[in-house]
Amino acid sequence: MIDRRIAIAVTILALLAVPYAITEVYYVNIASQILLYAIFALGLNVLVGYAGLVSLGHAGLFGVASYAVASLLAAGHGHAIAILAALAIGLVVTAGFAALSLRATGISFIMITLALGEILWGLAYRWISVTNGDNGVNVATRPMPFGIALTAARSFYDATLIVFLVAVAATAIFVRSPFGAALCGTRDQPRRMNALGYHVWMIRFGAFMFSGLLTSIAGILFVYYNQFISPQALQLNASAEALLMVISGGAGTLLGPVVGAGLVVIMKNVVSAYIERWNFMLGAIFVAIVVFMPEGLVPGAVRLSRSAWRAMSRAKTAVAPVAGRKP
Amino acid sequence: MARDEPGENGGGAGRGAQAMTALAVASLNKSFGGLRVNTNVNLKVEPGERRLIIGPNGAGKTTLFNLITGELVPDSGSIVLFDRDITRVASRKRAHLGMARTYQIITLFAHDSILRNATLALLGLSPLRWNPLVALERQQHLMAQAHAALKRVGLDHIADRPLAETSYGEKRRVEIAMALAQNPKVLLLDEPFAGLSIDERRDVRELLVAIPRDVTIVMIEHDMDTALDLADRITLLHFGEVIVEGTRAEVVADPRTREVYLGE
Repeated sequence: MIDRRIAIAVTILALLAVPYAITEVYYVNIASQILLYAIFALGLNVLVGYAGLVSLGHAGLFGVASYAVASLLAAGHGHAIAILAALAIGLVVTAGFAALSLRATGISFIMITLALGEILWGLAYRWISVTNGDNGVNVATRPMPFGIALTAARSFYDATLIVFLVAVAATAIFVRSPFGAALCGTRDQPRRMNALGYHVWMIRFGAFMFSGLLTSIAGILFVYYNQFISPQALQLNASAEALLMVISGGAGTLLGPVVGAGLVVIMKNVVSAYIERWNFMLGAIFVAIVVFMPEGLVPGAVRLSRSAWRAMSRAKTAVAPVAGRKP
Repeated sequence: MARDEPGENGGGAGRGAQAMTALAVASLNKSFGGLRVNTNVNLKVEPGERRLIIGPNGAGKTTLFNLITGELVPDSGSIVLFDRDITRVASRKRAHLGMARTYQIITLFAHDSILRNATLALLGLSPLRWNPLVALERQQHLMAQAHAALKRVGLDHIADRPLAETSYGEKRRVEIAMALAQNPKVLLLDEPFAGLSIDERRDVRELLVAIPRDVTIVMIEHDMDTALDLADRITLLHFGEVIVEGTRAEVVADPRTREVYLGE
């Protein structure tokens, strides 16, 4: 337990030190991006990893919160109202999304979420009076919580880090709770869960709402990070990318989506500066992950390090008696 | 028990009502397309009774269980649990009304520990199942109950073992532990001896004998040798119909039983 606490404290300190270690604004911004996409991936992982429901429409929910903030600010409202209203709108749309897609599971669920995501993308593209169509909506200023300006890359990183840590803590609590256990049960044996007295549909709906909350939070951070939102953010591509973060890092693990978000964002932004065919690189990395660590990077690394540890200690005990015989 | 907490459905149904029938199935029909799986099935099981349902493969025994537990909806007929008509009651609510079942094909949480399997059974009837804010492992009362449920079937010493690493016989006992953990009034056992070795059969048999008489048991079983002397009354199903029903001796002696089931 104490080891764990020390590890958590060291990690938080390391994350706090990031903007001091890498002073270049560009890289601090990349770090902010990783954190906000990690929140998105955490939200998607609640469904994909713990509920066993693969959504290909989450970028739609992500975009709804972004557009809500941008539109409300454009209409002259303050940041506090825009953020709270965006969360509320995000949750209402999530509820509709969930009510429609939870009529199915498996492939049908994927197809319904895909279709709903495309509808939201179409709305962003065509509902020009609200979304300004392809031109998108600009956001002039970032909020000033407690009078602290978030204009600088470093302060925006700090704010994103705080939200990220709260999101990770909330997810950790959720996963270890009775509700989280029930959710995993509905993933593994829905029929049994029903016979045991659980309301399988309602449990899935609750998980969807939590997923939508995290996704909306990420969407709000995203629109403030870019100070701009356009229909691109709602594309199927964006949903697929988030899904890749979850799967490559390790679906159904707490930190897998965070690692996956880091991988995808770094490939997209950093590696693409050096390698023109970075999409090919990303594809090759995913193939390698699927071949060597089909369970994802985090659980895969744990498995490999454990077997390496075992091999090492076996080698030691095998050598020891030989060494003892020599003298 | 968790079931008696306020806010849960039907706590106390059947209390002090020893006179009423525990489970009454009347004129139950179910077809899958053109195939009639249950035809006009009638069944009356008294409180505390041990009822054995036998019949060849495809006789509609498991379908009858699925109708009783609500996993399938009957085409017509009624199901009454301690004077309460549950024909249209959702399957999950029947667990809250005191009905528990085991599955012929093991239906457990393979990735979890034995303890987690038992915990999920208890949690299903507890309002705690909706709580997303507390740690499940810290729910002392629930965990103690889960350990007690496992002790009852002799598995508490391996409570932390992953279910995937247990033997088939142990999995069967986990199935039974989960059903018993829910403290049911009516327990439906679907072939509890299927696939077990002779030793494992003896263990499971002892387990079933030890269940107190305030639990009514309806059991499907192929293995007549092991199951026969557990039963008070026997119902013989054939092609979805009740062919013979009576005491153990009556059914065994009936020529139709020999014709249908014993293959003479």
